[in-house]
Amino acid sequence: MAKILMKGNEAVAKAAIEAGCRYFFGYPITPQNEIPEYMSRELPKNGGVFLQAESEVSAINMIYGGSGAGARVMTSSSSPGIALKQEGITYLVGSELPCVVVNMMRGGPGLGGIQPSQADYFMSTRGGGNGDYRTPVFAPASIQEAVDMTMEAFEVADYYRIPVMVVADGMVGQMMEPVEFKAPVKRDLKPKDWATVGTKGERKPNIINSLYLDPQLLEDHCMKLEAKYAEIEKNEVQYEMYKAEDAELVFVAYGTTSRIVKNVVEALRADGVKAGLIRPKTLWPFPFKAFEEIPNAKNLLVVEMSTGQMIEDVKLASNGRWPVSFYGRTGGMVPEPNDIKAKAVEVIGGAK
Amino acid sequence: MAVVFKKTNGLTDVQTHYCPGCTHGIIHRLVAEVLEELGVLGDTIGVAPVGCSVLAYNYFNCDMHEAAHGRAPAVATGIKRVHPDKVVFTYQGDGDLASIGAAEIVHAAARGEKITTIFVNNAIYGMTGGQMAPTTLPGQKATTAPYGRDVDHCGYPIRISEMLSTLHGAAFVERVAVNNPGNVRKAKAAIKKAFELQISGKGFGIVEVLSTCPTNWGLHPLDSLKWLEENMMPYYPLGNFKAPEKAEEVK
Repeated sequence: MAKILMKGNEAVAKAAIEAGCRYFFGYPITPQNEIPEYMSRELPKNGGVFLQAESEVSAINMIYGGSGAGARVMTSSSSPGIALKQEGITYLVGSELPCVVVNMMRGGPGLGGIQPSQADYFMSTRGGGNGDYRTPVFAPASIQEAVDMTMEAFEVADYYRIPVMVVADGMVGQMMEPVEFKAPVKRDLKPKDWATVGTKGERKPNIINSLYLDPQLLEDHCMKLEAKYAEIEKNEVQYEMYKAEDAELVFVAYGTTSRIVKNVVEALRADGVKAGLIRPKTLWPFPFKAFEEIPNAKNLLVVEMSTGQMIEDVKLASNGRWPVSFYGRTGGMVPEPNDIKAKAVEVIGGAK
Repeated sequence: MAVVFKKTNGLTDVQTHYCPGCTHGIIHRLVAEVLEELGVLGDTIGVAPVGCSVLAYNYFNCDMHEAAHGRAPAVATGIKRVHPDKVVFTYQGDGDLASIGAAEIVHAAARGEKITTIFVNNAIYGMTGGQMAPTTLPGQKATTAPYGRDVDHCGYPIRISEMLSTLHGAAFVERVAVNNPGNVRKAKAAIKKAFELQISGKGFGIVEVLSTCPTNWGLHPLDSLKWLEENMMPYYPLGNFKAPEKAEEVK
């Protein structure tokens, strides 16, 4: 299929429809409005339903209803709206319901701003709501990847019965790039025999629930979920190694930031510095094993559009093996290649 | 031998956790009987709230969701939009519906969401131990209003049925009580009407049921019924506030 030029937000929406999503519940917030707008236009043409909810909280609870009823459902928002959705996300996790939640991140805390940011790393990778849980998190760095990952997110969600986050910065949502819509890769999925579709008087009622008043039953439930997370950590890690094999200075960056860092890697290599990049494509599960593939590393430099969140996972991955440094811009400011390069030169001990 | 009474198939055999004298049991039975009589049990999906009836998902003999506090109308919306041919209902108390879930119920009604809401109003938070509800009457004592509800301090109780009946999307709004056999029969008729209107696609329907809470009111069950009649009914008058035939008359 030929490539078409599309804005990130619209491409994500189209990808969801192509992946079989027919129900979207959302609430307006910049910079992701093109997603609900596209859905409101296109879903009715595809036999689906778009519904604008009265709030982010209601939208995610409509998702809880729609998902429990057996449908492929999606909602999208941006940082403060995702914070509101956390109530529903933890109920979805507890009830083992699949869905896809897209977050086009903007600056925070509070109302923050509307420019690109990566300051929701903690909220995305540490559960986000109450209780013991994780959700898979895809972090696209291009519109093509946003499309492919959105499609895959639905499969992962259904396969594990878990909400899946697609987390990009507002830059990915707002820019245009050529993109190809390949047929979604289908997984071998079990029938949703747990869904609430009516008993027809032929079986016991299906109950969608996250309440376990008996602490032993709740612990058992949490351990069952824990085993699921272990499966996901084993099977679903995705990352890219960019010139990291011989690199002495290894950057770690994701999303838009990783694209800027690739330019810095090239600039440093032109100056004779062996630089490379580990790019997590899934933020959870975090690609710890990528750090076993950098035999010549002497320094790690984490670059984020935040004051430093992913760096905590990088330090866990490093486990004391390498010094871990950080460069970040936040509040909607995007790192400049020259500034990153200057930090890199400082980290490796001055210009050569 | 002729069968004169039989437990409805709309309820499971699970023993309920409700306190002695609580009227939730009656209301459960009315909803269950209506679903059975309409022949829709196998095509019904219910949504339980957070509050005293949080475990209702174990009692109704149909597919059920347990919702987050106050969000049942949003959850029901998601279910109904996926399965427009199914019967979808929420069962909510007054803390759940009139306080934390006020936005969800108002907008479900405004959208004319084709669901039925059973709203159990006992003027108090029962499950958490008798705190003040949005429906607690002026002067009524609660564990968080130990001197009685002071309207200068925390305002007046909300009349949900009157409020929702102003919305175009609400097709059916009726307030009933289950304090005596006559009213129980009227309550069942209203619940049946609300479900019938959902099935015929008329729009949103809500039945507000005045209910007792002997445990947290600190009254004998019989005195509770009397208290309901003397205190709740004057503030929350029984009657139909909205029905499709009334809308026709206005036209």
